[in-house]
Amino acid sequence: MPTYHLKTPISEDEVRKLRVGDIIYVTGIIVTARDAAHRRMLNYIKEGKSLPIDLKGGVIYHCGPVVRKTNEIWEVIAAGPTTSARMELYEAEIIKNLGVRIIIGKGGMGSKTAEACKYYGAIYTVFTGGAGALAANAIKKVRKVEWLDLGIPEALWIFEVENFGPLLVTIDTTGRNLIAEVIERAKAKREEVLKKLGIT
Amino acid sequence: MWFIANLNNSSLISCYKDVEIVFKSILINLFLVYLCAVVDTSSISSDLEYFANLIEKAAIEALTKATIFLPPDVKNALKKAYENEISESSKAQLEAILRNLEVAEKLRKPICQDTGLIIFYVKVGYDFPAIKVIEKAFVNAVKKATIEIPLRPNTVNPITGKNPGNNIGRYVPFIHWEFVEGDSLEFIVVPKGGGSEAVSILEFPPPGEGLRAVKRVVIDAILKAGAKPCPPTIVGIGIGGGADIAAILAKKAAALRPLGTENPDPDIAKLEKELYEAINSLEIGAMGLGGKFTVLDVHIEYAHRHPATYPIAIVFQCWAARRASALIKSDGTYKVYQ
Repeated sequence: MPTYHLKTPISEDEVRKLRVGDIIYVTGIIVTARDAAHRRMLNYIKEGKSLPIDLKGGVIYHCGPVVRKTNEIWEVIAAGPTTSARMELYEAEIIKNLGVRIIIGKGGMGSKTAEACKYYGAIYTVFTGGAGALAANAIKKVRKVEWLDLGIPEALWIFEVENFGPLLVTIDTTGRNLIAEVIERAKAKREEVLKKLGIT
Repeated sequence: MWFIANLNNSSLISCYKDVEIVFKSILINLFLVYLCAVVDTSSISSDLEYFANLIEKAAIEALTKATIFLPPDVKNALKKAYENEISESSKAQLEAILRNLEVAEKLRKPICQDTGLIIFYVKVGYDFPAIKVIEKAFVNAVKKATIEIPLRPNTVNPITGKNPGNNIGRYVPFIHWEFVEGDSLEFIVVPKGGGSEAVSILEFPPPGEGLRAVKRVVIDAILKAGAKPCPPTIVGIGIGGGADIAAILAKKAAALRPLGTENPDPDIAKLEKELYEAINSLEIGAMGLGGKFTVLDVHIEYAHRHPATYPIAIVFQCWAARRASALIKSDGTYKVYQ
């Protein structure tokens, strides 16, 4: 599998070169956002308010970390991805309005996100679901936390990362969506599998 | 006892002897009973305090163990899946999972950042001396473990959206009680992840469809869940009872039963195997990237049903099938194990 190392901020050209199946590692800044943070971002966009962090060329990570604060310093204990499907409602608008280039999550995203990735130049990548300790190891520092009023899992955690990955590209800018393809193939086998189980 | 015996005695003799003597003896005995009560109460309350601390300690240890180490049966199943996987991308995911387990153990960090909603499955002996302190000890243990391990604060009020920040809330930690013979307390703590829970289902097909409905519902649930519950998963299937019972059985089947165990009922064991093979032939694979292992195991549990209903519940357990047990004996010793 072809492997690439990217540094934030990431340009549109860089992500347009990547394809489904490629492995990438990210160095620089990644920002966590789950459902509540996505909703607030969209409200800010609607009201014309500026976000606490510029996401142009940026990376959004679907993640609600385990963190600990000692002497005013936040330490990341575990920080694997959360199920991305919940953010399908918002992600296309986020990509369109904020110029985000990479989404990291798990479990795949739908056609609206895939279309936005194709049109505006962004990719969706997966980090192994549940691998929270492994992910925390690549996070060097918490640069800042915003919107902590949403609760620890839902806040915007701004992480400094080094070679964060491996991230597998599953939605690229050509319109391919690997996980959706796998599930479609599985669905196509439904009748055959049920028949084998004695259901006609 | 003395008091009652004395009353009986005194009532017999009071007809013949001086009432004053009887009255005195009653008073003396009352005083003795009072003294005993004082002594007993204090020893009971210190016993209770001792057990409350012990249960709390054991629960924190069990929760720590469950959060950081996977039980050996789950780890073996993941290793086996890694060794037998041929799809490159799925194998890479299984490799990352195994590497993650090593990192978590080495650094004593939670395996997954979703440290779950905490559930206790309790088997308590009728003669266990401190039943009344168990619930409070669990609540205290969860509060402390949240800071010590630490755990992610996961309890959110569904009405107000507020998160108290300590993993405690209405009905949480949830405790399933079972009373058994004996004087020990045994419990399993399960930090149940939300991603796999979110794709659980409950259906009531026409009873006439019978086991065929079970097979159809399971296959459709797997297809609907896709990559969301962090495959390879353990699928728990609860059949019968009612809505609540089917769901409890499904969750127990998914979260508690060790992997690689054969169902004692040969017909159900056969059905489990049949479903395991059928699901894995869909080739959803680890994290939905295509591969041989969509599930690590299929576990079925049932209860008798009402003639008019055929409840089927399906609960998914992600690959991070975390659980740990503790046994607390009435002599004040305990052990924590997986």
